[in-house]
Amino acid sequence: MIAVTREARAGYAFVERNFNLTKRYWGWEVAFLVYAVAGALSVSLIGQSVGSRRLLMSLVVGAVFWNYLSVVFQSIGDTITWERWEGTLEYTMMAPVRRSTQLLGSALFAVAYGLIHTTVLLIVLALFFSLDLGHANLGAAAIFMIVGSASLIGIGMLAAILPMMSVERGSQMVFVLQSCLLLVSGVYYSTDILPGWMQLVSRISPATYVLDAIRKALIDGASLGDLLPDLWPLVFMAFAFIPLGLWGFGRAERYAKRTGKLKRVG
Amino acid sequence: MSIAVLDTTGLPATSRSNAGRVPAGPAALLVDHATKRFKVDRRKPPLIAVDDVSIRLERGEIYGLLGANGSGKSTFIRLVSGLLTLDAGRVEVFGHDLVREEMAVKRLINRVSVDAAFFKKLSPAENLSFASRLYGLDSGEARRKAAEIMARLGIGEKRMSRPVEQMSRGMQQKVAIARAILTSPTLLLLDEPTTGLDPRSKLDVQTFIEELQSDHDATILLTTHDLAEADRLCGRIGVLAGGRLAAEETPERLKARVAFEHGLPPTLESAFMQYTGRSLDDDVEESEAEPAD
Repeated sequence: MIAVTREARAGYAFVERNFNLTKRYWGWEVAFLVYAVAGALSVSLIGQSVGSRRLLMSLVVGAVFWNYLSVVFQSIGDTITWERWEGTLEYTMMAPVRRSTQLLGSALFAVAYGLIHTTVLLIVLALFFSLDLGHANLGAAAIFMIVGSASLIGIGMLAAILPMMSVERGSQMVFVLQSCLLLVSGVYYSTDILPGWMQLVSRISPATYVLDAIRKALIDGASLGDLLPDLWPLVFMAFAFIPLGLWGFGRAERYAKRTGKLKRVG
Repeated sequence: MSIAVLDTTGLPATSRSNAGRVPAGPAALLVDHATKRFKVDRRKPPLIAVDDVSIRLERGEIYGLLGANGSGKSTFIRLVSGLLTLDAGRVEVFGHDLVREEMAVKRLINRVSVDAAFFKKLSPAENLSFASRLYGLDSGEARRKAAEIMARLGIGEKRMSRPVEQMSRGMQQKVAIARAILTSPTLLLLDEPTTGLDPRSKLDVQTFIEELQSDHDATILLTTHDLAEADRLCGRIGVLAGGRLAAEETPERLKARVAFEHGLPPTLESAFMQYTGRSLDDDVEESEAEPAD
């Protein structure tokens, strides 16, 4: 019980610290939010210009929920990047905290932060385009966000290895990885139009299933039963990617300790 | 300063209160034949940063590690901290093996490094809260203790809520010390904690280190370039040169030895020059041996 309390406190430490950092960098937070709103509106206006309500909804869902997924994904990697720049990673690694607690604490903040970001974005877009979500299945959409977050957290943990190995090049690689997910996950178009090999890659991206299911839930009002073909892969990925992420991060940490990569670089 | 008493070999006997403590129970820190190599270039042989170093610290002792830049001091501290893995040898803290009982060791140690690493936009209170939660401390208790330590170090409550980046280098280093002390470590690793501090801040920190030893029975491994500091604080001193432990004595014996064996003035500076084989001016120019990112 004492061990659980200790780990819970440690996990909360990462949530509280990231919240404090967000608060201190509030100007940047506003800037990122404005950029996200402008980007989502710009993309969604393509649907408006074509005059297709369905395309508009599809683009809105793509823009809003890709924003959520990318915020969650990037926040986990950013946690390590910040620590490398500030030189605090050594202190965090010295603390009697399990790596799973550290990464899951960071992921918990990322999910909460992503949800707030996405809610603001959704409200702005719903008001701007007078979206009718009357027959949307919001419950199913919420379930897919939660399950999708879990599977993306695992990939985020794997991505967090990169800034641990090399803070500058690592951050660049996280950005490249995120761009590849954007390309193959059918954010603004159906994955059917992708070349065959890209379609294969799209099947291992959790974002593909999340976006497909949320579109069906919000646009067509599909039930959870209808969405099971999208749910099972996500559940499988969540169970596979989180342990894989923890394992990979642990291996990378051992490598970093062997080669002296945890030192301050900023 | 205590007066050296010569023993039958002509060298002074141990006279510091914290030197040569009688072992009672496991060593506070036992480093046994520690070796660390870094591969910095594929075409070159690995660089040996720490070469077969063994030391033993008894509880409540302050042990000073001297050496030129690149001699392996910081690498040694990182090895003991578990931030680097050993290529050979072993480290035990109060009988707990660093590799097999990593969590137990982590609860017993903390470290202050030469660069006060913080989230600079956060306040000392926020940084200390983060550290205390990582060590499983109750937040109320941690706040009270942090305020006490900070007050002792001359930092008032008003400064606790301003970003660390607005504080002077000396203040930041005091916050770093407070962060380490907050977790009540029984083994404290101080890696050049007073480098770059003004004389007053340096004196504050040195006095605080003495208090930690006398009032809290903390065991301290201190690396420093300040020989007067090492003379004042340390019960024993080890000199690292090229990753090897070139000498290990009480300050008095070290000074007497360099005079007795080499005919040099009986000072720590002479001992430093003799055992590191270089001047202090050379020392400033070099960087540490660990590979950069």
